[in-house]
Amino acid sequence: MYAQMVKSTGKGVQALEDMSPQDRAFQERIDRGEKIEPKDWMPDAYRKNLIRQIGQHAHSEIVGQLPEGNWITRAPTLERKANLLAKVQDEAGHGLYLYCAAETLGVSRDELFEMLHCGKMKYSSIFNYPTLTWADMGAVGWLVDGAAIMNQVPLQRTSYGPYARAMVRICKEESFHQRQGYHIMIKMAKEGTADQKRMAQDAFNRFWYPALMMFGPSDKDSVHSAQSMAWKIKMNTNDELRQKFVDETVPQAKFLSLTVPDERLMFNEETGHYDYSEPDWNEFMDVISGNGPCNTDRLEARKKAWREGSWVREGMMAHADKKAQCKIAAE
Amino acid sequence: MTKSKEWPLWEVFIRGQHGMSHRHVGSLHAVDAEHAIKNARDVYTRRNEGVSIWVVEAENISASSPSDKGPLYEPARDKVYRHPTFYDLPEEAGNM
Repeated sequence: MYAQMVKSTGKGVQALEDMSPQDRAFQERIDRGEKIEPKDWMPDAYRKNLIRQIGQHAHSEIVGQLPEGNWITRAPTLERKANLLAKVQDEAGHGLYLYCAAETLGVSRDELFEMLHCGKMKYSSIFNYPTLTWADMGAVGWLVDGAAIMNQVPLQRTSYGPYARAMVRICKEESFHQRQGYHIMIKMAKEGTADQKRMAQDAFNRFWYPALMMFGPSDKDSVHSAQSMAWKIKMNTNDELRQKFVDETVPQAKFLSLTVPDERLMFNEETGHYDYSEPDWNEFMDVISGNGPCNTDRLEARKKAWREGSWVREGMMAHADKKAQCKIAAE
Repeated sequence: MTKSKEWPLWEVFIRGQHGMSHRHVGSLHAVDAEHAIKNARDVYTRRNEGVSIWVVEAENISASSPSDKGPLYEPARDKVYRHPTFYDLPEEAGNM
């Protein structure tokens, strides 16, 4: 999702009786629902996996500001502009909570940025799609934040304390994001002109499958899930969450009189769920490995911000050091 | 990439509206205390969460070690008489 395809370092899930006493005690703490805290002993693979997952999640929040930042200066009203600014500011905040959680595992902020910039760490594939019209702000809030919430709510119960606490804060704030997006869609798709309705449908068409991809590959191809679920750093399978998203989103689309761009979509009386077409997984693999429509732009924007901000970071640190020196000299 | 010195880590504590104690809410990077308070205001009080902010540089916090859990907290476990419910009182005595 915001952390798709997190590669695990473990070699599959071991049975309790095959574990070393230390590993076994650790797994039993997790099974009992205890939280693991930064100074507690943890297996190396748990630490590494979490750094990857939380790092990827944090990078997604930060890179996720770019597609929406694109529309701040062109929002149709002052109110919409204020809403969008507040949302994008929240995303920055969410990135910061998550970076701090990752840092408790012994990685530094600068190291995390460097890994993003050199392509060693990823961010969600969804942010490599362009936002072409104002209706995309509605679609992104409604679908992208909606999918993110679906993944993040269960993560509030994840086994790593600092990650779980960051998720609690994020979930509290995220609901406004989805609602403001849906509000934009109502204005355009239900109450708008014929052109606005067409724009809303077009945005929906372009974001539907990329939103489904946010949950990661199908369970049968999801090689890293089992260990993460045993460690409770992943709470549901990709397909479970994707189904839940489809079931909740289809009626919302109906309310907007929008058509889901999937001819096979149908409610299945037997299962009580919607049957739907899977996204194009080749496209997903392509986007995640760097060849989506906006990968180069997004990464370059982050690298540029880092590069051009360096004199501010260094200058402020030098000034604070100097002030501290003067204070010592005066005492 | 030039290796620059990373801004130090600060822990942030916020007192909410209702007269409770300051509570740990998270951490952030800043060059000094004044900067840390400004950043804490932006990162942790975007929705009126607080009326007062404390910041302390993380390296100045001393913490108990997880391996001391036993010696530190076990002794309290068998002292149930420290809780009011340990004492059975007759109903005639009224609320106490």
